[in-house]
Amino acid sequence: MNPAAPDVKTLRIDGVDVSARADQTVLEAAREKGLSIPTLCHLDGLSDVGACRLCLVEVKGTSKLMPACVTRVEEGMEVTTQSDRLLKYRRMILELLFAERNHVCSVCVANGHCDLQWLGQAHGLTHVQFPYRYPKLSVDASHMRFAVDHNRCILCTRCVRVCDEVEGAHTWDVMGRGIESSVITDLQQPWGESDTCTSCGKCVQVCPTGALFEKGRARSVVKDRDFLPYLAMMREGKR
Amino acid sequence: MTPEQLSQIGADEAAARASAPQRLYVCMAAGCISSSSDAVKKSLEAAVAERGLKGTCPVTGVGCMGLCSRGPLVSAEPAGILYQDVSPGDAGEIVQSLSGEPVARLQCSRDLPFFKRQVGVVLENSGRIDPERLEDYVAAQGYEGLVQALTEMSPAEVIEQVSRSGLRGRGGAGYPTGLKWSTVAKAQAATKYVVCNADEGDPGAFMDRSVLESDPQRVLEGMIIAGYAVGASRGYIYVRAEYPLAITRLNVAIRQAKHHGLLGTQIANTEFAFDIELRLGAGAFVCGEETALIASIEGGRGTPRPRPPYPAQAGLYGAPTLINNVETFANIPAIIRKGGDWYAAMGTARSKGTKVFALTGKINCTGLIEVPMGMSLREIIFEVGGGVPEGRKFKAVQTGGPSGGCIPEQFLDMPVDYDSLAQAGSIMGSGGMIVMDDSSCMVDVAKYFMEFCMSESCGKCIPCRAGTAQMYDLLAKISEGRAGMGDLEMLENLCDMVKNTSLCGLGQSAPNPVLSTLRYFRDEYLAHIQEKRCPAGVCAIKQEANA
Repeated sequence: MNPAAPDVKTLRIDGVDVSARADQTVLEAAREKGLSIPTLCHLDGLSDVGACRLCLVEVKGTSKLMPACVTRVEEGMEVTTQSDRLLKYRRMILELLFAERNHVCSVCVANGHCDLQWLGQAHGLTHVQFPYRYPKLSVDASHMRFAVDHNRCILCTRCVRVCDEVEGAHTWDVMGRGIESSVITDLQQPWGESDTCTSCGKCVQVCPTGALFEKGRARSVVKDRDFLPYLAMMREGKR
Repeated sequence: MTPEQLSQIGADEAAARASAPQRLYVCMAAGCISSSSDAVKKSLEAAVAERGLKGTCPVTGVGCMGLCSRGPLVSAEPAGILYQDVSPGDAGEIVQSLSGEPVARLQCSRDLPFFKRQVGVVLENSGRIDPERLEDYVAAQGYEGLVQALTEMSPAEVIEQVSRSGLRGRGGAGYPTGLKWSTVAKAQAATKYVVCNADEGDPGAFMDRSVLESDPQRVLEGMIIAGYAVGASRGYIYVRAEYPLAITRLNVAIRQAKHHGLLGTQIANTEFAFDIELRLGAGAFVCGEETALIASIEGGRGTPRPRPPYPAQAGLYGAPTLINNVETFANIPAIIRKGGDWYAAMGTARSKGTKVFALTGKINCTGLIEVPMGMSLREIIFEVGGGVPEGRKFKAVQTGGPSGGCIPEQFLDMPVDYDSLAQAGSIMGSGGMIVMDDSSCMVDVAKYFMEFCMSESCGKCIPCRAGTAQMYDLLAKISEGRAGMGDLEMLENLCDMVKNTSLCGLGQSAPNPVLSTLRYFRDEYLAHIQEKRCPAGVCAIKQEANA
């Protein structure tokens, strides 16, 4: 074996032979090959946290389900991304999200441009089996340009990561525990009073739902996410 | 400190004891202090002074004596006479009796199975030494293991002894300790860390707290030996802030160990250097999960991250990190001193040694016990623990806290080890054992643990965050008699999904209390759902449900 050659692994995803660099994840390898694995907390250009559990896949030889976004490829790995069991779990995860807060698509600014909505449609979600929790949550519109509607937040922490890792401001973070968790700006100050926020709007662009949105554009908020892989690529010096 | 100086401390201490023919030990662990053992100690000191016995009969505060339900406990040494339920007013009588017959009305027999059936390894010094004096620990062969390891053994030989002992992680999962140590030892890195997980948080569990309050030097010694074995020079003890007494004693122990050259540089006159720092938890149960614990030590939000990489490869500040629980480290000094084979001779084929349990609930002898692995539940509960209080019938024992399950009567003769408990649908866990009698409703118990998991979930992954909340609501619905069979089905589906998809151990094991009660007490669930009735009479069935 030529030591100068990059370490390449070959594996099988849903019966398809796939080759990947050793430092790639199962998710990257699958998507390169055009195989789709649903994700929500993952976003190209941000670090992965393995939190949404939608990308769980079955790997032959282990009974544990593995999150594709943080699982490195291995030689001879046999991965199943679509099984009845996985589809059932994914649907339940989506239903849990819909039932957790007040996701009413018809009156949401992100209607038609929402990752959660798309995933629901893609998984044939016609109704939610779990009782809706209807929590009473606030909307913070104190920022000059943007607003956060906690009713639509799914706690994917994309905003937290983009603000910390890409913008370097770390205005966003998470407070509270469990079902009471919430994203906050600074030390839970109103967004408009944040000392650290640079008003760059990256958090708004990466937000998968209508939780973060630009004021004054109540309809058809198309989010622009192309900037992120571009920025990440430029910073790594890969032109 | 040289080995000679160490034996000198031991000899001096023995001489001091010989000059005081009698000693009074008062339990000064959290359990007895909460029933005013500190006042008992004061009045004993006064009574001793009054009779002019100050020089010949010192009154010493010691660690946990085990039988917490009978506290405050006092023992008269060297005769070993144990007194229970001592009040400050009894001091005069106890001191008076030192030269004559024991005080019969306060005496607690040492012949109880509670004492007879126990085997002390982790707790060998508990209740016998002053936890705030290093000299006491040294007199009880303390730090002999460390000196032996540093001066006579190579790191590989230390790990070999730990592997031979068959010791498995006492935090609950039971991962082989020797294997974990050798993984960290083999990792190539300039910096490595040793972390002691003292974030004990299971309801009804107080094993680690008692060990830290009763014999803190022992945990330090185990950690220093671990540091030597894996090649680390820095250790952290992550202890929950809710254990103020343990924290105080750990700080005293660290200061004394540094003063005597057993921590810091040139430990026991060798080249080896190791330092230990405390980190206080801020009340999050999930920080007992190793990756969340690491995040918390680093100053971040205490949330777990997916493994691999395991902490042994990339842990604290990205360096290879050895994380063991308090009881695991507390086993190490004895294993090094007496050899791995000695330890492996105790216990069962796949679970070696002894295990500390905190016996609580509907049981006569509430307290802290240490028994060999493989003892049956029946022996632990009915012999050591003295059985359930009269007039009531044993129903189940809950092991493993919110990650464990309820084990019914038909498994009482099962040997207690990692594998048998797992087979019965529970886990060994860290050692909490909550005994329940027929006045407990199993739906209510499951609801209690689910509420715990729901409020202790960190909120990072969806199955645990939203799933536990939904499961709690369903259990509340069942307990109030508002549920139908569809709700039970939904609950079972959620259990399966949360168990298999959650990010960390908290979520993956959160359904266990529900699953195990459904497995053994399904009829109770059905009674709530179909007959709108709580067989144990615990749950408040909503009136409209009956109408």
